[in-house]
Amino acid sequence: MTAQLSIEGLSLVFRTRHGTVKALENVSLSVERGEIVGVVGESGSGKSVMAYTVMGLHDPAARIESGHIAFGGTDMLQASPAERDAIRGRELAMIFQSPRTALNPIRKVGLQIEDVLRRHAAIRSADLQRHAVQALARVRIPDAERRYHAYPFELSGGMCQRVMIAMALACSPSMLIADEPTTGLDVTTQAVIMDLIREMSRSHRMSTLLITHDLSLAGEYCDRIAVMHAGHVVEIAPTEALLRSPAHPYTKQLLAATPNPRSTVSALTSIPGQLPDLRGELPVCRFSRRCERVQTICGEAPLPWTNVAANHFVRCRVPL
Amino acid sequence: MSTPLLEVHNLIKLYPVGSRRKGALLHAVDDVDLTIGEGESVGLVGESGCGKSTLARLLAQLIEPSSGRIVFDGRELTSIAPARFVRSRDRARIQVVFQDPTESLNPSFRVFDSIADPLRRLLGVRGAPELDRRVRHAAELVGLPDELIMRYPHQLSGGQRARVGIARAIAVEPSLLILDEPTSALDVSVQAVILRLLADLRTRLGMSYLFVSHDLNVVRLLCERIVVMYLGRVVEVAPTETLFTAPSHPYTRALIAAIPDPARRGEQRLRLEGSPKSPIDPDPNACRLHGRCPLGTDRCVTASPLLRHLGDVHYAACHFA
Amino acid sequence: MTFATLVQNTRYAFGENRLTLAAVVILALLLLCAMFGSLIAPHDPLATDGAVRLTAPSAAHWFGTDALGRDILSRVIVAARLDLGMAVSAVALSFVVGLALGAIAGYFGGWSERVLGRVMDTIMAFPLFVLAMGIVAALGNNVLNVILATMIINLPFYYRFARGEVNVRREMGYVEAARMGGNGPFAVLLHHIVPNILPPMMVQASLNMGWAILNAAGLSFIGLGVRAPTPEWGIMVSEGASNIISGEWWTFVFPGMALVLAVFSFNLLGDGLRDLLDPRRHT
Repeated sequence: MTAQLSIEGLSLVFRTRHGTVKALENVSLSVERGEIVGVVGESGSGKSVMAYTVMGLHDPAARIESGHIAFGGTDMLQASPAERDAIRGRELAMIFQSPRTALNPIRKVGLQIEDVLRRHAAIRSADLQRHAVQALARVRIPDAERRYHAYPFELSGGMCQRVMIAMALACSPSMLIADEPTTGLDVTTQAVIMDLIREMSRSHRMSTLLITHDLSLAGEYCDRIAVMHAGHVVEIAPTEALLRSPAHPYTKQLLAATPNPRSTVSALTSIPGQLPDLRGELPVCRFSRRCERVQTICGEAPLPWTNVAANHFVRCRVPL
Repeated sequence: MSTPLLEVHNLIKLYPVGSRRKGALLHAVDDVDLTIGEGESVGLVGESGCGKSTLARLLAQLIEPSSGRIVFDGRELTSIAPARFVRSRDRARIQVVFQDPTESLNPSFRVFDSIADPLRRLLGVRGAPELDRRVRHAAELVGLPDELIMRYPHQLSGGQRARVGIARAIAVEPSLLILDEPTSALDVSVQAVILRLLADLRTRLGMSYLFVSHDLNVVRLLCERIVVMYLGRVVEVAPTETLFTAPSHPYTRALIAAIPDPARRGEQRLRLEGSPKSPIDPDPNACRLHGRCPLGTDRCVTASPLLRHLGDVHYAACHFA
Repeated sequence: MTFATLVQNTRYAFGENRLTLAAVVILALLLLCAMFGSLIAPHDPLATDGAVRLTAPSAAHWFGTDALGRDILSRVIVAARLDLGMAVSAVALSFVVGLALGAIAGYFGGWSERVLGRVMDTIMAFPLFVLAMGIVAALGNNVLNVILATMIINLPFYYRFARGEVNVRREMGYVEAARMGGNGPFAVLLHHIVPNILPPMMVQASLNMGWAILNAAGLSFIGLGVRAPTPEWGIMVSEGASNIISGEWWTFVFPGMALVLAVFSFNLLGDGLRDLLDPRRHT
């Protein structure tokens, strides 16, 4: 069965005044229909860049050096702007961080949902309002009829995120990309928003790509997790396998550094060194300079994908 | 039991909102009692709008309460005028580590100056060699390499800036360190280092901590006792493990259940629907959680629950606890 | 920033931008004229000579002579001191006073902000020339009062800027840290906040200089402040203006060009300073 989304060998650079930033290198990832895949990484890992590139929203200064992005049957990188516009919003939707700022501040939220419907769905003008209110009710915004007329600043962060989800789901897309959707929200709000995303994903058979820096969050809500470091995908595995037996040294250290209900402060370890400068000269394995397992073979290109278990892949010469 | 280091009684902070004629008041901190013992590490948790940041600022003497008492080491701080307090010895004994390392360091000060300034002003350290020694000692305590001391904040990484903020606070040897979300702006790997540093410093220097955070996992690591706030009120106080394993207040239960836990994948968890009530002119007779709470009877709207002693150091403000 | 980085940045900013470099050179020349004008000038700026009245530019008089036979080149050179002096004084005074008042209003708010705000609104309600004439009429027609008038008119500009910048920084962590560190409110303002707002204010000041020069010249043009026979660009343009019809263009063009050069150069300098300070800081 072909995957809903398939990213293969994606490499992307940014040309800046201070040098070329090799933001993504040989990134491969796939999302099947109906599954929730998490992309976890720290700041600078390239996870958001990747998400934006799939949507075609990447910075105009970015240059895609190689790779394919196949969504449904369409090659997103080769598609014409018209083809991409037709897909974005209808088949492929995205929600962003900081919901209040991602919405148009001077337009009522109900109208913003109608904008999406008008663009992508064949609904009569007379019915637009009804559909918009229904969309709001579906994401469980209380008093949807009244909230239709609200401006973003009148709503809380959690409500605004629900509105964004409503806009994203208005046309029942086959895939949702969620870029740090709950960062900045209270933990109780985060919980209900993530529950909602999961529920929508299951009920609409919608694939979801969840970008987050919170490994625990991905652990609770995702079927599979991809870990990124400095522009590389270093490991992809089903959630339980990744958390129980990580194969990449970075994943293991990330887990050890993440506070969870069972850790103690002395058991909390940190990851030595710093993220490599993506503008400079980089080793074949970008984690090698911080890795305690590094060997000479780690410097040999190309860095292979090793299948360590069922559906469990790691980009490492000396996996755990 | 020895005298606690810090005692807070009936602390209230109100802010006027809207037009002055209407007289509406925002109850940021509403009748809070709190104690912190010597060398104790207390966590203060709650979500946005609960008043924990306001409470932290009140305790740090950055803002003045509308009413109530703060007693530090037997002395009534609330009766000292702010202008005098700024120059008093006690100013050095309560210090704060701030949240955003980018904004908490003066961009035109070198690291050395940021740490030296409170030393000069609060401890009266004058001579250059003495000042130098103390600054370097503080830097060493937080693991800040010597060569970074003459740098400017924009030349440091996030983790390094966080260390400078800590060094600046501990340089004057405080008895109580208030930490306001010190790691929330940091990456996970850097956060781990800073948390270990903070734990280490506490044992070495014997300070008390008031650790304010929205991240319960972090608070669990560093604190012995946790205070949970909601809409300006304290709803529960308990020893850390008790709070996580047997929370009494419905809000605390929802808060704990909201923490992402991979071990509970796919489970239906306890959730609070809706949003918090408005903190402006709240009904004094109703429980603040009423409406969102899974429990609820008439009593919840006629008598606002007070903190009840549940055993050991465990208190909860709920009719059902 | 360290001195080394400052030098490096300066070299970068000026290297990149030839116009800024040109501006600095021109201003340096003008400064030279202001300081050593009487030594550089080929003739005595006050010496009249009826025989050479209104002669066109020639080898003897590069800029020609005016209605009283005075050498215009010498007068233009020597006038630099007065024009620049008046402008710099007025700007410096309004900078300092505006900064102080704005910082206080921005930090303390409350009634200080309300009172000062009203005062500034009142000042802004007056056009410069009306206010200048008022002050001069009340206090006397001399250079000092013209400087005072210019300073007063300019005050709200610095006040508002300082108030805004202080307001933004008032809630920042490092200001609270400074208060925790034993700094009283004025110490916080003076040692912690003001050093951070000085660079953007300096940019404003240099952009403001051009305006101040024009003001000084403009007021002299209408007869306030500077009086004949003192050489000053505004007066010279005023005296030469009557020659527009009769065609003795050199009597007003050269002093006018001096004004243009000065204003233009200060504006370019201001832009250069802005480039120097802003993006570099955030590398």
